[in-house]
Amino acid sequence: MKFSDQFEARLAEMVTHYPTKRSVLVPTLLFAQDEVGFLSDEVISEIAGRLELTELDVRNVISYYSMLTTKPRGKFNVQVCTNIACLLRGGEELMDHCEKKLGVGHKGTTPDGMFSLEEVECIGACSWAPAIQVNYDFHENLTTEKLDKVLDEYKKKGTQ
Amino acid sequence: MADAPKLVNITVDGKAVSAPAGTLLIEACKTVGIEVPSFCYYPNLSLQGACRMCLVRVEKMPKLQTACTTGITEGMVVTTDSDEIRQARKSMVELLLGNHPLDCPVCDAGGECELQDMTFSYGAAESKFIDIKNHRDEQQWSPVVYFDRPRCILCYRCVRACGEGMDVWALGVDNRGSSSTIVPNFGDHLECEECGMCIDICPVGALTSGAYRYKTRPWEMKHVGTTCTHCGDGCKTTLGVRRSDTGMEIVRGDNRDKSGINGDFLCIKGRYAFDFVKHEDRLTQPLVKKGGRVVPATWEEAFELVGKKFKEIRDRDGGKAIGVIGSTRTTNEENYLLQKFARVVLGTNNIDHHRTADLPAFASALHGKANLTASMCDVASAPAILLIGNDPTNQHPLLAWQIRNNVRLNKARLYIVNDSDIKLRRQAVQVAQVAPGKYNEFVSSGMGALAEKLRSEQGLIIVFGSEVTGSAVQALAKFAAIVPGAKLICLADYANSRGAADMGVYPDLLPGYFPVSDASKVKEWGTLPAQPGMAIPQMLDAAKSGSLKGLYVVGANPVGRLGVEPSALKNTFLVVQDMFLTETATLADVVLPAANAYEKSGTFTNTCGDIQIVKKAGEVTTTKPDFEMIVRIADAMGFDVHKLVPFGHGTRSDMGQSRGAQSGEADQHSVWLEAHGLEPKMNPFDPMATLDEIQRLVPGYDVSRIELAAGNDQHTAIEQMGPGATQDPSLIAPANNNLFTSGTLGRYSNTLNSVIENKNPEPTAVASD
Amino acid sequence: MADLVSHPDEVRVVSKRFGQGATSIDRYLALDGYKAVQKALGMQQDAIINEVKNSGLRGRGGAGFNTGLKWSFVPKTSAKPKYILCNGDESEPGTCKDRLIFEHDPHAVIEGVMIAGLAVGAASGYIYIRGEYRYLSEIMQKAIADAYAKGFLGKNIFGSGRDFEVYWHGGAGAYEVGEESALMESLEGKRGVPRIRPPFPAVVGLWGGPTVINNAETLASVPHIILGGAEWFANLGTPKNGGTRLFCLNGHLNKPGVYELPMGYNLKKMIYDVGGGIPNGRKLKAVVPGGSSCPLLTESEIDVPMDFDSLMKIGSMLGSGGLVVVDDSTCMVKFALRIMKFYQHESCGWCIPCREGTDWLKKTLIRFHQGGGIKKDIDNIQYLSENMLGRTFCPLGDAAALPTISIVKKFRKEFEDHLEGRPCPFEKAGTVERLPVFA
Ligand SMILES: Cc1cc2nc3c(=O)[nH]c(=O)nc-3n(C[C@H](O)[C@H](O)[C@H](O)COP(=O)(O)O)c2cc1C
Ligand code: SF4
Ligand code: FES
Repeated sequence: MKFSDQFEARLAEMVTHYPTKRSVLVPTLLFAQDEVGFLSDEVISEIAGRLELTELDVRNVISYYSMLTTKPRGKFNVQVCTNIACLLRGGEELMDHCEKKLGVGHKGTTPDGMFSLEEVECIGACSWAPAIQVNYDFHENLTTEKLDKVLDEYKKKGTQ
Repeated sequence: MADAPKLVNITVDGKAVSAPAGTLLIEACKTVGIEVPSFCYYPNLSLQGACRMCLVRVEKMPKLQTACTTGITEGMVVTTDSDEIRQARKSMVELLLGNHPLDCPVCDAGGECELQDMTFSYGAAESKFIDIKNHRDEQQWSPVVYFDRPRCILCYRCVRACGEGMDVWALGVDNRGSSSTIVPNFGDHLECEECGMCIDICPVGALTSGAYRYKTRPWEMKHVGTTCTHCGDGCKTTLGVRRSDTGMEIVRGDNRDKSGINGDFLCIKGRYAFDFVKHEDRLTQPLVKKGGRVVPATWEEAFELVGKKFKEIRDRDGGKAIGVIGSTRTTNEENYLLQKFARVVLGTNNIDHHRTADLPAFASALHGKANLTASMCDVASAPAILLIGNDPTNQHPLLAWQIRNNVRLNKARLYIVNDSDIKLRRQAVQVAQVAPGKYNEFVSSGMGALAEKLRSEQGLIIVFGSEVTGSAVQALAKFAAIVPGAKLICLADYANSRGAADMGVYPDLLPGYFPVSDASKVKEWGTLPAQPGMAIPQMLDAAKSGSLKGLYVVGANPVGRLGVEPSALKNTFLVVQDMFLTETATLADVVLPAANAYEKSGTFTNTCGDIQIVKKAGEVTTTKPDFEMIVRIADAMGFDVHKLVPFGHGTRSDMGQSRGAQSGEADQHSVWLEAHGLEPKMNPFDPMATLDEIQRLVPGYDVSRIELAAGNDQHTAIEQMGPGATQDPSLIAPANNNLFTSGTLGRYSNTLNSVIENKNPEPTAVASD
Repeated sequence: MADLVSHPDEVRVVSKRFGQGATSIDRYLALDGYKAVQKALGMQQDAIINEVKNSGLRGRGGAGFNTGLKWSFVPKTSAKPKYILCNGDESEPGTCKDRLIFEHDPHAVIEGVMIAGLAVGAASGYIYIRGEYRYLSEIMQKAIADAYAKGFLGKNIFGSGRDFEVYWHGGAGAYEVGEESALMESLEGKRGVPRIRPPFPAVVGLWGGPTVINNAETLASVPHIILGGAEWFANLGTPKNGGTRLFCLNGHLNKPGVYELPMGYNLKKMIYDVGGGIPNGRKLKAVVPGGSSCPLLTESEIDVPMDFDSLMKIGSMLGSGGLVVVDDSTCMVKFALRIMKFYQHESCGWCIPCREGTDWLKKTLIRFHQGGGIKKDIDNIQYLSENMLGRTFCPLGDAAALPTISIVKKFRKEFEDHLEGRPCPFEKAGTVERLPVFA
């Protein structure tokens, strides 16, 4: 299977950083997922082959890390933190709001494939709580109103 | 030799213990009889520290420590039992039981479950949890492996046994936290060697066997530790038996007490392939040909007919007109008896068996030397191993296990000479590629590029397959002589191939590889034919040409294997003893339904020359062991059976109550009899009487009887036997079984067949005996 | 991108360059960057270690072990290469300080890694950054590339004849991977299951080589110590608790934010003065002093200096510097539940007490908070937690048990108020408890 040139270049460089091939596995899986959208059977077998690992081994690693997924997700993965710092400042309200607005629950994806929703653990935004991450972007000090704006922007971006 | 490890002294529960520095505390405790409980710790597998059952108090340490990961150091003071420790262990059990389905009444492991035992010991019976248990449905991973996830306690034993032990790596762990679960390598199913080690090593009923599940409660079985009837490695397999309509039924195979030469190991055949015994095609009564077709007959009729015909042919045409084909799956006693019967009663040297190795050459190469053969156990500890030919992973699974684990645990060096990409190459430090069929040249020309390295080894074990024959075997023995402490193993394929050879089931060799021309060892048998007899192909030619008037086939299927035209045997009086109507048996004038190795007593000699006991487990009461049938035929020929079987020589006995009784107790009883010098051999069908004669007359077989009776392996010394012979290499035909085939027996094993079909929906040709 | 705050009591050491554009290597150099490593190149290994030891710098990752002492455990000679591993997995709930360091001062971490390397004789270091911090990974990767471009990394650094390599490494979402031995497993491309200790990483670490593992803030402090001297750094804090620390002030506060305050700064003052007190005229109910694994403190316990030893003395921990202030509108059962949900979700699952214990505690707390609690549950929650404590394979089990035990002990009444079908007294009437499932 084919990855982007950037992916290939990064992988080629990264493997030189470690004494063992498999050391690149975790970040490489995340990069592959960023490109393909999820870790498909094809991606798994490709990466396993390149790193000389069994597919079982790769799957065992994937299933350990919560950012890695073997199922397709929406274009924008809305991750709402409800851990203690966010909880105290309205994280759950944000989650409820997202559920209503997007019409999906935890780990759900909107039928148009635009958004998926996930309740996540502490994302390191405690002092700027409540916070969410959409894909890799942080949105902090949110209120439901601000959240609406954020989501609307993504929607706009996604339909352009 | 490495320096002796330094001993350190520690105190455990007030007892002084000394053991080599670094010994794991849990093992050090065992040496003084203190058992520290554990789920995840398993000797010889990597350390986990996961179950926390082994927590103990080590003085000066702030927290409880895991005895399974703590190496002992001088002066350590340890407490393994206290209120605090009991509470810690109790809480682990409580937590496990929280999610564990309490379906013990229907669980295969009920009664043999380490979690049950631990609950009993630490008293966590009162449940603190009222919330719903996590549930997942049971999954079938292969025809023989089922997984019940909620029962799994995540000790990771299966994962390690499969990966580290078997080098198969078919099991892994998915997810994390309380969602963690053991998973098979192909999503919903396993692709593996189906050895079943994962099931055996599972402390609870999470992994269960498709062959055994829901068959019985463990306490309804008796357990008979016997020797596997499949390949030449000779694993101990413990058969769980239960009364049935036809006698005793075998319901399970495993290695529950790990006391055999195979330790934790069994392959798929040793574990599951006992089911041929109850195959629907099993013969249960004698058949006699009448008017062109075989019809059921009584035993008396059958024996009378065979006796009469054999006597007639012998008296009329001489012994030369009768041939005998023996078996690689009958016991030493039966093989010995059969060739003695051929030579003494029939007066012929026309006796042979399916040869899978050049053992006569091996005997001649080692003749008169000492300590040049290795046992199966030696393979697990030798500092270096040279493997020439063969693919042990497929053909000698135990040998492969021993090699792998020796490499893994002791860093043994493995050298391989092979023409194909056998799996053991993964463990090898050096490989020499040879062209197919060029092994003899390689060996005779001095081992090529390997020679130098090999010569610098000490205590090397050289294992060679059927690829190495004749003078190359001599060359190998010479090479071994220059490597200090080197020993050899000659690989022969079937459960008692080695025994058949050692017992003289050859046209030119008497028991112990003495040429038929030198009968001095067996003077007491009287005059014997001095000319070598015919090998199997010659016998079949002679039958075709009409000069072979009678053929007696015991547990073999030469027609199936050699592709003999059925018409070739039409004028020969053919007697076949077998379990099934094989290609050969279909042609017979008399077919005698035989018991198999799981249904009788005796001994097997494995490919290394380790002799082990075979114990009666199952029983189909309407069949007879080959031993008894041979004696009865001799009797029907009017022969004095006292001259065949030296029974009844004992001065004191237990009046015959011991053998033939139910398994289990009888075996224990035989140990007791041996220990007290009592002789149970009061009847002519007792193979132990023949074993007496073997031990007396076959050099190298004079091993400890009590050890043997107790189920321990004893190494026989082929070095002390006769000078062997040169044999025609074309007579050697390797069995070419793989992990899932076992000649004729395999064809009648539904379990093996279901696994083969599952792996490969296309029918495959299966080798037959 | 994350907002910066300030307070007059702040003593800026690690945060000195925050907001100064120090991600640019030239700007970093202008702000005394890479001076410390050049100084260290002229020092003996032991001298560097002693300087750090005497500075009283204690690990900012949570356990608070003296950093110099940790470095001194690395064997002088080793057949296998030695490594420095910077722990930037920052996942302890309440903690968001390493993020600012990576965002504003990535070169300080690189420099810290290099100095640690010089101290123990390692020639390469890895900076592991949690997967969620993608933008920080990019900043860090650029910083590393810039340092290579300048010849500060790679062969013959600063013309010293010594080589040093620094690499970035990324995670993919797992709190447990912040635990030092799980971190190494993760870096080696495996599941983040901790390793058996001993051997400790300082002796057998990454790929079997001796490895120093330090938190990003710890390492970012090191260049300042080398330049400012041990004594200066030590005197910023309290005895045996040298320097300053980034305190992440979160929760019910008027002015949450990350503030750099001297070790030993009074907690009460931190809440009411630095953090601006509690909004909406609410009263303080509890404080999580150093990340969610620390036992909670109540109003009466907060007049305490924030250093490792003082908090230890009152039965809590300074942890990773994540301070969460909880006001009196909060249900402590729910708070305990949210903490337990986190640990249940993040338990690696390796050992029984942590895997099963967090699962059962979560289940019980969910039911309890929904009004399905029975009296026995309260004791059971404590019993289960106490039986996890000190018996798990790694400290995650303790991290789950400690706050729970403290909540049950200190807020037992709130548990009793939930009993016998009574609805949570803190939830708005009629709101149904949401039960998110992390599958
Ligand atoms: C469950 C668990 C999670 C941890 N997470 C982190 C983390 O995210 N970042 C960190 O620096 N240390 C974390 N630690 C502490 C590390 O194990 C280790 O002590 C620390 O990185 C050492 O660095 P220091 O001495 O500089 O603090 C964690 C420990 C445990 C037990
Ligand atoms: S390895 Fe051979 S002897 Fe052992 S169980 Fe398998 S078939 Fe039987
Ligand atoms: S046996 Fe020690 S932790 Fe399992």
